[in-house]
Amino acid sequence: MLSKRVIACLDVRDGHLAKSIKFVNTKNIGDPVEKAHEYYIDGLDELVFYDITASSDKRNIMLDVVEAVASQVFIPLSVGGGIRSVSDATDLRLAGAEKINVNSAAVKRPELIAECAEAIGNQNVVLSMDVKSVPPSTETPSGYEIVINGGRTAMGIDALEWALKGEALGAGELVVNSIDADGTREGYELNLTALLSNAVRIPVIASGGAGLPEHLYDVLTAGKADAALVASMVHYGDYKVSELKRYLHDRGVKIRMSW
Amino acid sequence: MIVDYDAGNLHSVQRACYEVGLKAEICADPEQLRSADRVVFPGVGAAGSAMRSLIERGMDQALREVIDSGRPVLGICLGLQISLEYSEENDTRTLGIIPGRVCRFALDNPDLKIPHMGWNEVRVVQPHPVLEGIEPGDEFYFVHGYFPSPESAANVFAVTQYEREFASAVGKDNYIGTQFHPEKSGRVGLRLIKNFARWDGNAQ
Repeated sequence: MLSKRVIACLDVRDGHLAKSIKFVNTKNIGDPVEKAHEYYIDGLDELVFYDITASSDKRNIMLDVVEAVASQVFIPLSVGGGIRSVSDATDLRLAGAEKINVNSAAVKRPELIAECAEAIGNQNVVLSMDVKSVPPSTETPSGYEIVINGGRTAMGIDALEWALKGEALGAGELVVNSIDADGTREGYELNLTALLSNAVRIPVIASGGAGLPEHLYDVLTAGKADAALVASMVHYGDYKVSELKRYLHDRGVKIRMSW
Repeated sequence: MIVDYDAGNLHSVQRACYEVGLKAEICADPEQLRSADRVVFPGVGAAGSAMRSLIERGMDQALREVIDSGRPVLGICLGLQISLEYSEENDTRTLGIIPGRVCRFALDNPDLKIPHMGWNEVRVVQPHPVLEGIEPGDEFYFVHGYFPSPESAANVFAVTQYEREFASAVGKDNYIGTQFHPEKSGRVGLRLIKNFARWDGNAQ
């Protein structure tokens, strides 16, 4: 049977590793290439790089990081952050990224999903969505709204509707990031991930809020997620990737245990 | 050499080959392909357009000649699927190196996600030099919505369970193909590519 995946997300700014808390106050915590390799050796199932470089003239640094990682880390590698066109996507693919994450640019121009799917294949296009809990309204009946700009701009788009639209446009996978849970280390937003995972046929990766091993267990079972994204809980050395996987395995979650 | 027919990212395959000491060149020219010592035939995307692209470039014929000559060939993912006779994807007639067809997952269980994406166990059912060292419980990375269904069990070397059990490694003589991506499957994947780099093309 298919295993659930543990995915580490590395936020990279100007070629350095950063971790944001509620998307503000980013802090430099090390070399992304070194960190990626460390996790790979320790049994990580997949890696996501998120480029949070602000100035466009420094964006090529990201291609170098991806290239360096791809030549020594032999698991799927996904890259997101600032992808606005098919050429951004193909540049990253050539540098060694397997999958491309689109986010804000797709919210503003949904055809980007279809264009990327056409160019690099549905299975390689990941729709990453930042979601905030709101009171249900006619605009957002699910009670979840799409936000962009690191959570600062609410878009008036219902998250469930957007997930279904993204799937229809050709996304091969969804990353569901709860802005409310992100950085809190208090657990994933289980209702949100279960709602979206039950609605789409493509795999759902839960993101935001992981702080304890049981949070991963909860989201991979009750939260119906196919994969759990972790960041600070492994970046700061609180837990090792292999420890998280061992914990999940011991609690009966199907997980890859030999690497 | 790695067959380039405009079907996916060949660089990750090339990087994995380098990692195990196999100097693999990416090759889009049929003449050059005919001179290869061994060939990796990767591919992602849809069977229909991939097959068209192979034919347009004259690579289908060159690939057949390499296989007929007994040199080792490794198909990966779509590269494996194209070596059967027919694919339900885009109703495509494919190379026909191995008798059988490629079918779509039925999708009738709503709990199963499509594509089959992620790590899954590969169980070797017939020893093969390229699959040597794969232990029970070893997992490989898969991404696909269609699966190979060879006519004869003699061509099935490994199986995997998803919705149903399907052939995840298929071979005949000097040809071996994997539905999973060894280049994305960590240490066990690299081991498989290393085995291939040393393989003389004899399946026994």
